[in-house]
Amino acid sequence: MMVWHKKAMWFLVALLGTVAMAGIALHRGESINALWLVTAAACIYAIAYRFYAAWIAAKVLTIDTTRATPAERLDNGRDFMPTNKWVVFGHHFAAIAGPGPLVGPTLAAQFGYLPGTLWILIGAVLGGAVQDMVTLFFSMRRNGRSLGQMARDEIGAIGGTAALIGTFMIMIILIAVLGLVVVNAMKHSPWATSTVAATIPIAMLVGVYMRNLRPGRVLEASTLGLVLLLLSVLAGGWVDHHEGLRVLFDHDGLPLAYVVIAYGFAAAVLPVWLLLAPRDYLSTFVKLGTVFLLAIAILLLRPEIHMPALTQFVDGTGPIFGGKLFPFVFITIACGAISGFHALISSGTTPKLLANERDIRMIGYGGMLLESFVAMMAMIAATVLEPGVYFAINSPPGIVGKEAVDAIAKINSWGFAVTAEQMQQLANDMGEKSLFARIGGAPSLAVGMASIFGTAFGKSMLAVWYHFAIMFEAIFILTTLDAGTRVGRFMLQDLLGNFNKKLGETSYTPSVIITSAIVVASWGYFLYIGVIDPNGGVNILWPLFGIANQMLAAIALSVATGILVKSGKLKFAWVTGLPLAWLVIITTTAAFQKIFSEDVRIGFFAAANDLSAKLASGALPADKASVAQQLIFNQHLDAYLTLFFVVVLWVVVLDMLRVCMHSHVGRPVLKLSETPHEPSQLAENWVRD
Amino acid sequence: MLKSFLKRLRHIWHLVRRLSGDDAYERYLEHHMAFHANVLDAPPALSRKEFYKLWQANKWQGIKRCC
Repeated sequence: MMVWHKKAMWFLVALLGTVAMAGIALHRGESINALWLVTAAACIYAIAYRFYAAWIAAKVLTIDTTRATPAERLDNGRDFMPTNKWVVFGHHFAAIAGPGPLVGPTLAAQFGYLPGTLWILIGAVLGGAVQDMVTLFFSMRRNGRSLGQMARDEIGAIGGTAALIGTFMIMIILIAVLGLVVVNAMKHSPWATSTVAATIPIAMLVGVYMRNLRPGRVLEASTLGLVLLLLSVLAGGWVDHHEGLRVLFDHDGLPLAYVVIAYGFAAAVLPVWLLLAPRDYLSTFVKLGTVFLLAIAILLLRPEIHMPALTQFVDGTGPIFGGKLFPFVFITIACGAISGFHALISSGTTPKLLANERDIRMIGYGGMLLESFVAMMAMIAATVLEPGVYFAINSPPGIVGKEAVDAIAKINSWGFAVTAEQMQQLANDMGEKSLFARIGGAPSLAVGMASIFGTAFGKSMLAVWYHFAIMFEAIFILTTLDAGTRVGRFMLQDLLGNFNKKLGETSYTPSVIITSAIVVASWGYFLYIGVIDPNGGVNILWPLFGIANQMLAAIALSVATGILVKSGKLKFAWVTGLPLAWLVIITTTAAFQKIFSEDVRIGFFAAANDLSAKLASGALPADKASVAQQLIFNQHLDAYLTLFFVVVLWVVVLDMLRVCMHSHVGRPVLKLSETPHEPSQLAENWVRD
Repeated sequence: MLKSFLKRLRHIWHLVRRLSGDDAYERYLEHHMAFHANVLDAPPALSRKEFYKLWQANKWQGIKRCC
């Protein structure tokens, strides 16, 4: 039983959280302070962690602290190894936190700050964190088996294959859309392009240092790399002012996309120690440092949020992506609320390191709460901008027009004040030529972060802060791109190994080159289309990524629900069943609309037909007509891809329901694959370090 | 006061080294001493450089980074 003062404290936390939530939801003024959002988030996370997560661990999963974990039983000093929970937490968080929670909320801010904020909080607490924790738990009870293997063992072969294909497809779409974000951030920005380019040799230098000069001295090498990265941000400004050098880095989207594609291929073929591993060190340190700095800055400066709670774009006419609030806010913010990808990490390295079953609450549930908090900060950084400025940066030229005058007129007609002079001043402050139509989310996030940091450290530094923020996003987008391409390559090699043994060897050079080329070509295609699409590509690719990611989450929750029912815990099945039902509803609705909507900004077929009609009647200008055929083909492809995702989703869910029904009425089902109980030999409060 | 502060700092430094893998080789040597060194015909411990190569390759098998 809790003592009275603890009860009183939790009562106060609950009260504060309620007041903050009510304040956010009922607020109808000019602007609201970001502190309200931070307070609401902190209280909700605390209560959810203390009560809901603890209840799930104790009653639903019934964790057993005396049971030996796979790390203890199979300790090999390598992948299986009992590890201090803070260390596991660090590894787990570094693995799950990528660019997704930064980009999604920035895009979803077009609906206003309220819908995204609510979904980030509620989605994480009831959905994402639950998914991460239960997947971690079930994988831990199965010697760290992967999501695909668990789906096969517990539900059947169909689920296992679906998880495998789903993972591969998500990877392709994810890399394409992230590539697009980086390309859009570098487009005609010599400063950003030269800084991002400099990160490659810096990473290689760090790689050589760690391997040859001072083997294994990871911290030394990383410190050196971080100093060089900061210098590269300053050097970028110098390049930008140098007449001869700036033209070398001043490019259109398409050539930059080709460079990113070529880079992706090189990164997948080069040995890990040279590029991927050192880049990952740098990006992890930069990421943690910047997120921490941003949190401190928001707490100290308490910026005002200028975006309204809701905008008129909840009706589906939003410039950044088409589609109504329901279901598209839930698709747009995937990472940060619930992300199926996390299930792959929770059933990968992490379960093999846990020293005690009790750690799953902090690592699985707590890790996701921290990721959700990162998404909250991205939401704040996007909404502290004046809405007019936010829309000017994020609206594609296909919607607001190519010329600044047209864009300003269009945005003013929506009721958001912004002037051409204001945008020019802002661009000058940030050291850019123009900030119009810098879509993809990275530039607007960078402007938001720069203005928050700028308030603290003086305006003269704005341009440096802006390009630091761009470098920060680019460096870990490129890490995801490298790592994702490599994982795609391994999966493909694994698959090809079934047909030809030699092709399945991960170190066989022809196989490496062929499979890397296939993976890079796949995402390269979507990236290319995204760049040539006048509506900006983000409008197509981000929802597609969201649908795919939520589909993977639905597979993970299906596996968990199936295991709960098979273990005789039908009465607790709602814990995973409810978020699953919600995901099925939003994913199916979104997919249905993306396929069948008559609105050309939402429906793939509608867009394809519209473009065909315009092409046939000669209504398109020459530059658009030349790419129209490719865009039409792509719209069809995307429609079938979406259909494929939703079919896979339903097959897995129905298969899971079949298994649950059979299990409930006592018909034979696949046996639970849990490893038998073995008592732990580790002392009660044992820590390795 | 100062002593406990220093102890705390050392603890944090320890965690950072452990998290980053800076101390991976030292931990490997400990593991090797404890489990393999006394076994007959056991191969000698790897050099720092050899270990680092293996450790790095092993670390990047599978899905390590997500969105």
